[in-house]
Amino acid sequence: MILSVASGKGGTGKTTIAVNLALSLEKTHDVQFLDCDVEEPNAHFFLKPHLATNRVVSIPIPEIVEEKCTYCGKCAEVCAYNAIAVLKDTVLVFPELCHGCGGCSLLCPEKAIKEKGQRIGIMEFGSSNSIQFIHGKLDIGQAMSPPLIREVKKNINSERLVIIDAPPGTSCPVIESVKGSDFTLLVTEPTPFGLNDLKLSAETLKEMNIPFGVVVNRAGVGDRGVENYCQKEAVPLLMTLPMDRDIAVAYSEGKSIIEVQPAYREKFLELFERIQELKK
Amino acid sequence: MKQLVVISGKGGTGKTVISASFATLVQKKVMADCDVDAANLYLLLHPEIREEHTFSAGKKAIVDLEKCTACGNCLDLCRFSAISEREDGKVSIDPISCEGCGVCSYICPVEAILMENSISGKWFVSQTKYGPFVHARLGIGEENSGKLVTEVRKKAKEIAEKNGLDLVIIDGPPGIGCPVIASLSGVDMALIVTEPTLSGIHDMERVIKVAHHFRTKTACSINKFDLNLRLSAQIEDWCHKNFVPVVGKIPFDEVVTESIAQGITITEYKESSVSKEIKNMWKRLSELLSAEDSKR
Repeated sequence: MILSVASGKGGTGKTTIAVNLALSLEKTHDVQFLDCDVEEPNAHFFLKPHLATNRVVSIPIPEIVEEKCTYCGKCAEVCAYNAIAVLKDTVLVFPELCHGCGGCSLLCPEKAIKEKGQRIGIMEFGSSNSIQFIHGKLDIGQAMSPPLIREVKKNINSERLVIIDAPPGTSCPVIESVKGSDFTLLVTEPTPFGLNDLKLSAETLKEMNIPFGVVVNRAGVGDRGVENYCQKEAVPLLMTLPMDRDIAVAYSEGKSIIEVQPAYREKFLELFERIQELKK
Repeated sequence: MKQLVVISGKGGTGKTVISASFATLVQKKVMADCDVDAANLYLLLHPEIREEHTFSAGKKAIVDLEKCTACGNCLDLCRFSAISEREDGKVSIDPISCEGCGVCSYICPVEAILMENSISGKWFVSQTKYGPFVHARLGIGEENSGKLVTEVRKKAKEIAEKNGLDLVIIDGPPGIGCPVIASLSGVDMALIVTEPTLSGIHDMERVIKVAHHFRTKTACSINKFDLNLRLSAQIEDWCHKNFVPVVGKIPFDEVVTESIAQGITITEYKESSVSKEIKNMWKRLSELLSAEDSKR
């Protein structure tokens, strides 16, 4: 089973929920944890994996073989991302715009374009007790995270219970992370911000045909907007965690909830049972 | 005219609350919400929309099943795994995975794949009681958020220049990727909002490195600083070593959540230590921004 944890709004507690689920389930399941928030991966602070190996991730970008190039301009014409410009006697490549689609090298009539790897980030592999851990780290200054997320997800071991920690938002990095999930947990907070972004995430998941449920974090102050929305739209509200300064302080130090309040383990197990009933 | 962007690396550290407070403290400015994925600033500024524009960047491949001969040529060439084989051997293209490169359309021997413009969002020019506001909404599951950010910034800058306004204040997105780079390129200052947590520090360091990579000046605000004084000291130490001025240390207070629930900016909500510190922070930040002038 592939279970992803996402949220439109950042900082609602995706990593907290994903990590505590993994830690609650590791005794009964073979868990594989993928941190797909490759722009800002944080799960390792809580799972403290021993990172044993790593692998550099590159995307193919064009390299012009000047001897063969006739400056016909075909490559610039086919590039949908304006990553190539052909001048009178030179070809300029803008790697930061390239999506690595391979169109230019495929369609060059002179076969004058090769592909070379452009590093975008790194994957690190390790384990934390029985949890298999993998995360991606986008290099500083790189714009495109989806190819790195795709690489991280190629490591999915479907024999295991796969928990994916997704990035915030609703655009391509999130889509790439939750694609193929059997269920997605949407973590939100009970404020108009949380509600606004929950609605966007819910629409995205509906479009992708992925079943989902909601976890409300930091309940207490705030309003009932999220609850009302879930009720009205028949979205299952699966868990509510209170605003708790002790939990917030523990979080700041990289401690999980069940580490400081072990009674929560039961609640995460219940949450997982509900998910199993609701998944695809 | 200057541009200030508020970013954080980690989400949920308080970018929008701080941006909205600045809206109440600065006179001649344009506000811009560049968190186009999950735009929230409008919930505090209560805009009246004056202009609405559709944003179209990029294309999506569409298959004409009547023409498709099930040759399968396109299947292996798509690098985004967007094309799959149907039971009858013809292909279908998943619009969400398609990145619009057009390779399939070019190589299709019977011209069965067309590239169609996709509408990937909307952007708005609005009026608020704090002045003009440019904001946007990216379509569901769309890409090109960086381009939409650029569009919003272009309009905000244009409004500022046309009306002789001094500042564009940009509420930025979380992360360090494409929309963040689009939000901070060419600004005069990036205010990094962080929090004293291991994640907050890690993410702050990464986003500051991105800002410095693009030669953007930075200042730092520590939100909820009293949640973990040891880590707050660590942030100050790191900032000091990296020549990043710490302009604000905002206490942890549930009054912030209350004000959001009411849809009121924290500076206009009841008196609190949070609003006081944000006002002080703005003073320090505006001094840094104007110090830039004397250097030039």
